[in-house]
Amino acid sequence: MLDTDELKNDFPIFSHIKDLVYLDSGATSLKPRQVIAKENEYYHKYSANIFRGIYKISEKATAEYEAVRGKVAHFIGAKNSREIVFVRNATEAVNLVAAGIGKTLKPGDEIIVSIMEHHSNFVPWQQRSLKKNANFKIWNTGRDYMLNLLELEKLMSSRTRLVAITAVSNVLGTINPIKKLVATIKKRIPESLVLIDGAQAVPHMKVDIEDLGCDFYVFSSHKMLGPTGVGVLWGRYELLHEMHPYQYGGDMIQAVYIDHTDFKDTPHKFEAGTPHIAGVIGLGAAIDYLKDLGMENVRRHEIELTTYAFEKLKLINGITIYGPTQMEDRGGVISFTIEKIHAHDIAQILDSRNICIRAGHHCAMPLHLSLNLVSTARASFYVYSTEKDVDALVEGLKFVQKTFS
Amino acid sequence: MDLIYREQILEHYKHPFNFGVLDNPSSEASDNIVSCGDSLSMQVLVKNKSSLVADIKFQGSGCAISIASASMLTESVKGQKIGDLKNLSKNDILTMLGIELSPTRVKCALLSLEVLHKTLNQLT
Ligand SMILES: Cc1ncc(COP(=O)(O)O)c(C=O)c1O
Repeated sequence: MLDTDELKNDFPIFSHIKDLVYLDSGATSLKPRQVIAKENEYYHKYSANIFRGIYKISEKATAEYEAVRGKVAHFIGAKNSREIVFVRNATEAVNLVAAGIGKTLKPGDEIIVSIMEHHSNFVPWQQRSLKKNANFKIWNTGRDYMLNLLELEKLMSSRTRLVAITAVSNVLGTINPIKKLVATIKKRIPESLVLIDGAQAVPHMKVDIEDLGCDFYVFSSHKMLGPTGVGVLWGRYELLHEMHPYQYGGDMIQAVYIDHTDFKDTPHKFEAGTPHIAGVIGLGAAIDYLKDLGMENVRRHEIELTTYAFEKLKLINGITIYGPTQMEDRGGVISFTIEKIHAHDIAQILDSRNICIRAGHHCAMPLHLSLNLVSTARASFYVYSTEKDVDALVEGLKFVQKTFS
Repeated sequence: MDLIYREQILEHYKHPFNFGVLDNPSSEASDNIVSCGDSLSMQVLVKNKSSLVADIKFQGSGCAISIASASMLTESVKGQKIGDLKNLSKNDILTMLGIELSPTRVKCALLSLEVLHKTLNQLT
């Protein structure tokens, strides 16, 4: 069990806003001082560009930056740090793969995504498919808010080129059985590729990419205690090696001639221009922080807290909670609606008590449409979230109801 | 308590004026804010080529701000000249509501004005 009272001291925002009840970690996490300090250390002590200077501080910056690549690889169980590409966020990582795969798409090829995808793992595939006359297919959830593997097998065909699925839904909380899912896909059509959106998984549970068997995996630093502006793409070495660069410019070249350019190998051929050096270095500190806590403890804390919140919230009159009811099947996310009160009104009134939740479609409009919902309210948890935060939410919701009664 | 949810706004939300449909509207229009899931439709009645709003009704679903805004706006335009109403501005709506709104919520407040303008512009 995490010592959350102790933990809260690591997050400076709580000393600035004493009564802050932050329940929107699904959107972005708060940052511990260790991460902020590490990012600052770069600016204070060795703020030089990487791969360019034949001088000590540049070499120090390069070493720190590249060390994080190894740290990320180890953290997610990748066997080769060449498979780790730094980008701006999970969204850019999906776009990078969609651009690469998109080049080879033929009319009639199929891309399959699930209905619970975040727009960032939906729109890039939809748009590529439209452009290339590929078939864009949707895998729907059942009434239990879970994806059914038999449905997927029915959807797939010999033309299936890629399946893009989220590991954890940012709305329903559903934890998809990725390993089983990948095995099913590969058994049916061995050549089809699988991209997993781990934006809501890597921050919250142990992930072992080699064990999952997928081809690409994406996530964002800012949801896992790290700086904004950094995302990670993991891809199988052979695939990244073959794939065309995404952007062109400095840092990604081997040699440039008037009539052609030789590119570096992955990962550097995908990292054109000066990257977010401080951000990547900060991400290293976030990973250290999470490792210290232990990902099993992080996950256990979230199961306990989500269970507690679920029990408390379901007693509220007129509330509907979406997503799986077995806590083992869901992450630390609870989306709900309250009869006759719009989600925006709920969020706004809670804000008057410094309680932060999300209201809207959470960048998952297709899912909301499929559930016949216009918007939901969402509370999401992380390592610093406590039962006290949940209690404040429950009291806050009662106050919202009183306001509207 | 949040000043946005003052008593008058809540009353309009819970018991909106002019909620419903007209039998023979002269014009009707609708619009929505996809990101919020708010949607609003309006109908106006203009009698015998006069230039006055004889009656107006609205329907829809949305947050307290958008519904209260539609309720108050429709109530205030009855008997008014079409020409004048076309000049109603964002500030008129905010003054009518009498509350401070953050940029994200201003959108909710202005939906009713947009639909009103759309409806009036369709009058032939
Ligand atoms: C499941 C999921 N995928 C992708 C993203 C996109 O992350 P980012 O905005 O950092 O690219 C998010 C975050 O909003 C998410 O929750």
